[in-house]
Amino acid sequence: MKTIRRFVMLALVALLILGVLPGAVAQDDEPVEVRLQLKWVTQAQFAGYYAALQQGYYEEEGLDVTIIPGGPDISPQQVVAAGGAEFGIDWMGSHLAAREQILQGDGNGPVNIAQIFQRSGMREIAFADSGIETIEDLEGKNVGVWFLGNELPLFAALVANDLDPEDPNDVNIIAQAFDMVAFIEGELDAAAAMTYNELAQVLEFVGEDDEFPIYTIEDLNIIDLNEVGTAMLEDMIYANEEWLAEEGNEDIAVRFLRASFRGWIYCRDNPDDCVNYVLEEGSALGAGHQTWMMNEINKLVWPSPNGIGIHDPELVERTAEIALTYGVIEEEMDEGAWRGDLAQQALDSLVELYPDLDVTGEDWEPAEVEITPGGE
Amino acid sequence: MAKTTATPNRLLGWLPEESRLTLLYFCLIIVIIVGGWEGLKWLGQETNYSLNLGPVQIGLSKTRDLTMPHIRDIIGALGEPAQRNGPPLIQQLTEAALFTFREAFLGFTIGTTLGLLLAIIFAHSRLLQRGLLPYVVASQTIPILALAPMVIIWSDKLGARAMGVPIIAAYLAFFPVVIYALRGLSDVPDTALELMQSYAASRWTILWKLRMQNAVPYIFTALKITAPASVVGAVIGELPSGIQDGLGGQIINFSQYYVSGPPRLWATNLITALLGIGFFVAVAVAERFVVRWKYADTIFNRIFVDPVINLFVGIPPLFTSRSTDKKKK
Repeated sequence: MKTIRRFVMLALVALLILGVLPGAVAQDDEPVEVRLQLKWVTQAQFAGYYAALQQGYYEEEGLDVTIIPGGPDISPQQVVAAGGAEFGIDWMGSHLAAREQILQGDGNGPVNIAQIFQRSGMREIAFADSGIETIEDLEGKNVGVWFLGNELPLFAALVANDLDPEDPNDVNIIAQAFDMVAFIEGELDAAAAMTYNELAQVLEFVGEDDEFPIYTIEDLNIIDLNEVGTAMLEDMIYANEEWLAEEGNEDIAVRFLRASFRGWIYCRDNPDDCVNYVLEEGSALGAGHQTWMMNEINKLVWPSPNGIGIHDPELVERTAEIALTYGVIEEEMDEGAWRGDLAQQALDSLVELYPDLDVTGEDWEPAEVEITPGGE
Repeated sequence: MAKTTATPNRLLGWLPEESRLTLLYFCLIIVIIVGGWEGLKWLGQETNYSLNLGPVQIGLSKTRDLTMPHIRDIIGALGEPAQRNGPPLIQQLTEAALFTFREAFLGFTIGTTLGLLLAIIFAHSRLLQRGLLPYVVASQTIPILALAPMVIIWSDKLGARAMGVPIIAAYLAFFPVVIYALRGLSDVPDTALELMQSYAASRWTILWKLRMQNAVPYIFTALKITAPASVVGAVIGELPSGIQDGLGGQIINFSQYYVSGPPRLWATNLITALLGIGFFVAVAVAERFVVRWKYADTIFNRIFVDPVINLFVGIPPLFTSRSTDKKKK
């Protein structure tokens, strides 16, 4: 009797081992396919993910990552909600708006799982001779903003200075295109500009008869909305609630974040490599402009006081508050809109694996990037 | 176009005298456009960008290089690389144009096939024609810009990501084919129809031997509308789908960085226009061959005209010249 029982036990154990092992092996061998939907077309703004791909960090995590560039007329939230991608990059404001809409429609909402940019790259710029130095000075001026939620940081700043953005007698708000023509031609007294993009485009501007430079940084007054205290959080990684709830997907998310974090650390330490990765993907991009962008993007990521990707709850709250005040969301941000545990897990395991890796970038110094004519 | 009627004069319209005139007008219009553009720029510069006409002041600040680059700069931009150490812009745009053309051609094919099928169904069933044609018309009132992102997301969801753009191109392409082909299939001479029926010809025989033959010139007219439209559809489809290999991707890029190099966006628009025109010309040339039976049925044409057409295959008839028409007259 006993021998039979032992035999059965042994057989069961053997079966278990045989049954489990191939599964485990298969999991290691076959990479998991995941897709990352960007907010916009390929540019150095997303260099960290391209670096993680090129450096094989995703592969090391057993992930086969496809990066899908975005474009006009489509929001990354639409794509992820429809199952076209597992992860997406978006700004926090439009994330909250999309989440509210999707939840109302009985869908499963997107969740911010890692806050890559620790600070905002949005500025309001004016020419130095305009005399506009502070938000107060915008009174009675033609002020350009990008709408679709991107106007809110400035609106909040205006209201804090007793200027009503809805009242043209206070300040004349003008919808701005994505190029800086109206600003350069003087139709706008002040214009919204991202440090990493439009600001550089003004400096890169080549005048009639190839005159260059026309404008230097000294010719511009730059109002930093981080300092004004009304900046909203920008690039973050999000995934779908329902997708995360499926077994094993949280683990995939942690692996994805870990590799992405390494990509961003790589771009901090090797910006030139990362610029090249981006240029290879986008054959029409100017090398000078992307070099500038990479440096400015690094300034938004680094330093990350609590480690890369970790949310600052205070900034999250502020973003949600501004979004609520200006009707981007109708109800207060719900608890599920963001979670920090996956990013923390990814960060902790990263530190464990590579104790020497600098994950906060406290000592990182930005480079001085030379402005090139036309961003070439 | 001239081929819908079978008179020899019209058929030979592309030969010397008329075509020489066409060419002259063509060049004249280019000269007027270029001259007007550069003249306006010159006027702006001379008047310091503000034309003073007594009581009226006309601002000419839009004639600066930023909004209206010199034609020579636009052409020149094609020869220079857009990216340091990259290929010249013309090479980059040619590759993009080929990419977009593949999408457009696929959409053109799908759209044409679909349009033709619908037209055949409508030609045979009054009921279906009355019931469905309004929806076919309604489909074209939906702005394609609003529809494109949804098509992209749906095709993504169905796992046919690569089909999104051709579907959008096909959506723009099928409509003219339905309308024109339906007209061609229906507008058969009563006598011919009665003759076929008196021989107890089947529906299929009538369709193939009478209706289709009658519809071919109409269909080609539709295809000439459809060809450039499918290029537009492909470019629009590329925008929300994040495809960066085609002309749509190049247009987003160069409009985003417009301030950094205005001539590049203009050059890209130029190439996009040329792609549409090229597709149109290709259809027009194909028409000359397919619709040849309409007029080639004389010994003279068989001997003199057909070889000439064959010789110039691929070249727009606009630019061919031969003095055969004089003999013909």
